[in-house]
Amino acid sequence: MQIALFTIFGLLAVIAALNMLLQRHPINSALSLVVVMMSLAVLYWSLGAEFLAAAQIIVYAGAVMVLFVFVVMLLNAGEEQRTKGSKIASIAGFPGAAAIFCLLTFIFLKNRAALGNTQLSGLYNGAESNLTRIAHALFTNLLLPFEVTSVLVLVAILGAVVLARKEL
Amino acid sequence: MIHLSAFQIFLLLTVLKIAVVLVITLTAVAYTVLLERKVLGRMQNRWGPSRVGPFGLLQPLADGIKLFLKEDLMPLAVERPLFVAAPVIALACALISISMVPFGAETTYQGVDLFQIANINVGLLIILGVTSIGVYGIALSGWSSNNKYSLFGSLRSTAQVISYELALGLSLVGVILRAGSLSLRDIVNSQSAHGARSWNIFGGLQIVGFFIYLMAAYAETNRSPFDLPEAESELVAGYHTEYSSMKFAMFFMAEYANMITVACVATLLFFGGASSPFGHLTDHLFATGFIHAVLPIFWFVFKVFSFILLYIWVRATLPRFRYDQLMGFGWKFLLPLAMVNILATALVLAFRS
Repeated sequence: MQIALFTIFGLLAVIAALNMLLQRHPINSALSLVVVMMSLAVLYWSLGAEFLAAAQIIVYAGAVMVLFVFVVMLLNAGEEQRTKGSKIASIAGFPGAAAIFCLLTFIFLKNRAALGNTQLSGLYNGAESNLTRIAHALFTNLLLPFEVTSVLVLVAILGAVVLARKEL
Repeated sequence: MIHLSAFQIFLLLTVLKIAVVLVITLTAVAYTVLLERKVLGRMQNRWGPSRVGPFGLLQPLADGIKLFLKEDLMPLAVERPLFVAAPVIALACALISISMVPFGAETTYQGVDLFQIANINVGLLIILGVTSIGVYGIALSGWSSNNKYSLFGSLRSTAQVISYELALGLSLVGVILRAGSLSLRDIVNSQSAHGARSWNIFGGLQIVGFFIYLMAAYAETNRSPFDLPEAESELVAGYHTEYSSMKFAMFFMAEYANMITVACVATLLFFGGASSPFGHLTDHLFATGFIHAVLPIFWFVFKVFSFILLYIWVRATLPRFRYDQLMGFGWKFLLPLAMVNILATALVLAFRS
């Protein structure tokens, strides 16, 4: 069951990611990205991280991408012009992407023991729920990084307000 | 008697539950439309639909046949795939969220809960997530119609739904804090101790959260007084101007299904779900058997029905907001109030424990 889910949604994520690159219209690209995010949410779910899956859908698919689509609609962006692309991009790009892919795979496989692993075969069956454990980790051991991140987000919001005020 | 494995029983019962809930929801949607037309008519001192069948009761059937048989117009300048996908997204998202709702007391048969399709431990988050995906239906319909009024309608709607989603989500945090769980079944159980006294709106002191939720929910479902996306005096019909026949009907059904979902969630979170307002006072009368299982469903349906009547009453009473008032109300009033509510609830809970 989990293997079937993984195969279907893994393939869907890859296909949608490719579709995002190949589509010429910004809205179609944005929607492909939504499909990628929702497939990822299903993958998280099948690994037993149901809170992460729900958060992924609410935050990324439901809020961030809606804003993307909103902006594309508001600016009424047209179709992109298809160019031949620069030579350097095609010569260096594909080998470069392949090299990064190989490097990442190598590192992940090599440090497999340190990263830990999870079962593909079902949800987390502990005494307390997944959510409780995440909350416990966030508000005890990881409290400082958590708070620093929230300050960082606040700085970003203030920066956006300052930039927008200059324009008005 | 054929012997079935546990998984087969689970599968069969789940498919059966989905079919029954789907049929009931769609029927409820059709009759909510009739109810709205009837009640609105009475409030405006006229009859409402009264010709088809006794008291106009077959009007939804006639409407359905009419919508099925109408010509499905496809304007030339639309973005075809998205134009077709948008109503499907809207209706699918509206119907998915009903699957999390527990509409009766916990009754298991062969290990399967009969009165809830899916009991998920982050059920509330799933409902919020599916609702936020539903925005795409409206956004894409307006954009792909290639019509200025549709685009304006969908831009308004998207902005409104994103803004009010924050207040909506934050208004529920007080309830989650009290229940200590995101599972809708747990939230209902946390309010079932002493009948109406332990419901979140009375005993839980979540009345502020309830009113924030109610107002944000009206805005989320694009109902009056927040129905700017389809303001007919300004935008023809808003995002579904170019739609006809069944595609239009799907938007219409999605709107009413969303209304029912929102009413269900309000019932579950603030009014004790399927529990009776008299608590366990009447338990000794029907300790077992059919009535014991069905009575909670009656209470649930009664509460949801009251919310739908409230919706219609509000529509008949309040005029539409102006756009800047709408945004100001959401961001400057509801959102800070929701945060204060969270803080107060958390402080009370911390002092009590």
